[in-house]
Amino acid sequence: MDARRETELTPTKNRATAERKSERELVVTRAVNGPARLVFEAWTKPELLKRWWVPKSIDVSLLSCEMDVRVGGRYRLVFSQDASTTMAFFGRYLEVAPHSRLVWTNEEGDDGVVVTTVTFEEERGKTLLVVRDLYPSKEALDGAIASEATAGWPEMLEQLDELLITLGASMGRS
Amino acid sequence: MQQPIVPATLNRMVQYTLARLDASFAALSDATRRGVLEQLGRGEASITDLAETFHMTLTGMRKHVGVLERAELVTTEKVGRVRTCKLGPRRLDEETAWIGRYRQLWDSRFDELEKVVEELKWKETVDGRKKRD
Repeated sequence: MDARRETELTPTKNRATAERKSERELVVTRAVNGPARLVFEAWTKPELLKRWWVPKSIDVSLLSCEMDVRVGGRYRLVFSQDASTTMAFFGRYLEVAPHSRLVWTNEEGDDGVVVTTVTFEEERGKTLLVVRDLYPSKEALDGAIASEATAGWPEMLEQLDELLITLGASMGRS
Repeated sequence: MQQPIVPATLNRMVQYTLARLDASFAALSDATRRGVLEQLGRGEASITDLAETFHMTLTGMRKHVGVLERAELVTTEKVGRVRTCKLGPRRLDEETAWIGRYRQLWDSRFDELEKVVEELKWKETVDGRKKRD
C-alpha cells in the first residue's frame, strides 16, 4: 500500500514492475495516466490497440488485428518480423468486465493455453494495470523463458558493449 | 608517448569475460545445441534421450553437451550408467535477464498506451466543448 501511494505522489514517469510470482505465473504492473474507462477503451478497440501494442523500439510490425471483445469472442493478431516471417497470436475472451477486468486465452503455443488477466483500477486520475500471465505448467513457463534465453544475443552484445566501455575508460585514464 | 596501462586485475577480468563470451557464442552458434537448450528448458534429459531426439550418435551428442557444459549453459550429473543433463548455473541469470527484457517491453508498450489515452482524453474535452457550444 505504501509503495503505491509513493508512486502516485512523485511526479516521475510511471514505471512497470515484472515478477515471476509463482512457478506458473508472470505478473506485470504499472500505473498509466488517465481514467480506467479510456484505458479500457484503448485495450478493447482494435484501431487503438494497434497503435500501442507493438513498441516502436521493437523491429516487428502488426499486420492485422481482429478482436471480438465479448465473452467467448475471438481475437487474432498477426505480426511480421520481416517479409518472410509472420506470427499469429490468437485466443478468446473469457471475461469482459467494462473498465475493470479482461481475461483472455493465448492458444498459439505448443505447451498449452496461457491465460492472461488484466485488471484496471482507477485512483486519482491514474489507472493501475495488473497483467497476469498464468501458464499451464511450470515447464511451460520455464520453456518460454529458456527458448528466448537461447536467442539471448542482445544480452551478450550488451555484455560486450560494457566490456568495451570498461576497456575504453581504462585506456583513456592512462 | 606513454604506453597504455591496463591494470592486471582488469586485464584478467577482460580475459575471463572474453573467454566466457567466446564459449557462449560458440555454444549457441550451432542449431542442435540451441535445440538441446530448448529441450532442457522443458526438463532434464539423459544424453541417450537427447541423442535420440536429435537423431545423433551418443558420441556426437556427448561432444555437443561438452561444449554447452564448458559455456556453463548446461550441467551434467552421472548416476549409475546414466548421465543426466539440465540447464546450467547461467540459467538464473538468464531468467532475471529475460524478466528484465519482458518488463522493458511492457514499459515501452505502456508508454505508447499512455499517449493513446492522452489523445482520447483530449478528444473528449474537445467534443464536450463542441456539445456545449
